[in-house]
Amino acid sequence: MRRVLPQAAAPVVLVLVAALLGEAASAATQVYFIEALVSVVIVVGLYVFIGNTGVLSFGHISFVALGAWTAGVLAVPVAEKPATMPNVAGFLRHTTIGNVPSLALAALAGAVFALVVGLPLMRLSGLAAGIATFAVLEITNNILQYYEKIGPGQNTFSAVPETTGLWQAAVGALLAIAVAFAYQRSRFGRMLRATREDPAAAAAAGISIYRQRLGAFVLSGLVAGFAGGLEVHLLPLSYRDVYLDLTFVTLAMLVIGGASSLWGAVVGALAISALDSFLASAENGVSIFSGSIDLPSGTRVIVEGVLMALVLIARPSGLTGGREFSLRWLRR
Amino acid sequence: MTVTWQTIADAVSLGGIYALMAVGIGLVFGVLRLVNFAYGQLIMAGAFALALASQWNWPLWAGILLCFAVVLALSEAMDQLVFRPLRGQTPAVMLVATFAVAFLLQSIALLWFGALGKIATSVSSLNTPWVIGGVDIRKISVVAVLVTLACLFALQLLLVRTSVGLHMRAAAMDFTTSRLLGVRANRVIGSAVLVSGFFAAVVAILLTVQFPLVTPSFALQDTIVVLAGVVLGGLNRPVPATLGGFTIGFASGFLGGALPTNQSQYLDSFLFAAVILVLLVRPNGLFTRHGGSAERL
Repeated sequence: MRRVLPQAAAPVVLVLVAALLGEAASAATQVYFIEALVSVVIVVGLYVFIGNTGVLSFGHISFVALGAWTAGVLAVPVAEKPATMPNVAGFLRHTTIGNVPSLALAALAGAVFALVVGLPLMRLSGLAAGIATFAVLEITNNILQYYEKIGPGQNTFSAVPETTGLWQAAVGALLAIAVAFAYQRSRFGRMLRATREDPAAAAAAGISIYRQRLGAFVLSGLVAGFAGGLEVHLLPLSYRDVYLDLTFVTLAMLVIGGASSLWGAVVGALAISALDSFLASAENGVSIFSGSIDLPSGTRVIVEGVLMALVLIARPSGLTGGREFSLRWLRR
Repeated sequence: MTVTWQTIADAVSLGGIYALMAVGIGLVFGVLRLVNFAYGQLIMAGAFALALASQWNWPLWAGILLCFAVVLALSEAMDQLVFRPLRGQTPAVMLVATFAVAFLLQSIALLWFGALGKIATSVSSLNTPWVIGGVDIRKISVVAVLVTLACLFALQLLLVRTSVGLHMRAAAMDFTTSRLLGVRANRVIGSAVLVSGFFAAVVAILLTVQFPLVTPSFALQDTIVVLAGVVLGGLNRPVPATLGGFTIGFASGFLGGALPTNQSQYLDSFLFAAVILVLLVRPNGLFTRHGGSAERL
């Protein structure tokens, strides 16, 4: 118990600190904090699968996209639908639900989709699994962008109520962390981690790698779908925002934080988000300490790319070394 | 579906170009166990070199020379600055590092040339058709196929007839053992990276002829499709990888030409659904005989 408490508390405290900082910030900068907290949810979702299995997945952003679609299409007021989604058909056109039900449905949609996809794909491993999950991302995005009977197609989700404020995002992040932590301490999480360390030995001990991976995949689909719901309630979103770039950024957050610990996932998401928003505001000119920084626009991504590569070269197992938080680090 | 000879010729030439990219990706994977996601950005850099050369009114040969110089220099820099320090890390770490490199190159291109990109006009004369027996075949389709065959033939000679090629094959099979037997790691990896860069430059030229508008996301989608194709074929041997690249390029070009317009927007869905199906049936690759790579990713 003496080690479990700090392990669970550290990510929670970090999220609360971020939320309090956001509370103190001006309205313009608060958006950065909300986005950072939503990316914590996505990265924790990725972590539930990738961190516990050691198998890379490029497909999780398709669960985010599906969650965004579910919550977005259903939350738009009926009166607005003909204008924002002229081709949408059937009950999608005549139904509107509130904030919390739409988030719950988004999570459910992510989980169901992960189950459908995972049933065949979790038999694969290695590069084949990586490419197959990538294929899922491509197909999902392709269909959502072009099949206009079910949503806004290539337009953005406008007129979705913008209910994801600072505290909704923070509560979302805490929920995701709670789910991930409870899972990794559970019997199933431990079995899965055993298959990560040594698949042959785990299988010999009677663990079904397929079933455990499928379970983690569905759970991480749930968290990712939920994140999609949060995101569509935050800003007018288009499917292009939940595609390749987001896939790479969130994977980079996970790996840079340290892929094999929940603490790493949270640290990575918040660290990269902080860097990103700092550089974004530096492009508009920002004063820090006594001097002021004014970077030419577009340097943000370059600085980020270089820093990411440097972190990986200097600390290949991530900022946290892929370990959970421990008080022993402080005493040393 | 309407199938014309033009469609088939285009499909074959796209297959050829993708086969070259597949070889480039497969060679580096063979010696480094690294899936180079930044490969598309190498091609993009070469295409921008061509566009700049045509903007400066350089003669064609100078533009092509510049393209090769830029791509080879970038490959070498990637190897020295990123791949070498990360050698021996887990595949996930190396893959994310290549994401970072890809991001970096793309954003440099965005800053330098803007999102709208540049047009490379100097090589577009190859884009005109030949009329053979009442059938229009674009010259580039023929040139692409011939260049692909020549490159693959040269690569085969390199791999089979030279000691560097022997070392590369040995390293691809078992890196540790081959080092024990006297293969120099840096040399074999360096040469694989350079050969792969050479192919990237060739692909840059062939693609620029067909798609003269060069933007920062040039060849990005192609790289993703080729990566799928390479895994589909079987990543750890050159021949299956090449065949995988060709197959997916041919399928993509063929479907793109043959599907009616209201369905061709779902081209990617058809293509990747096929990829998933094949992977489920043959996870180690379509064209491998037994046992695939033991990579865990």
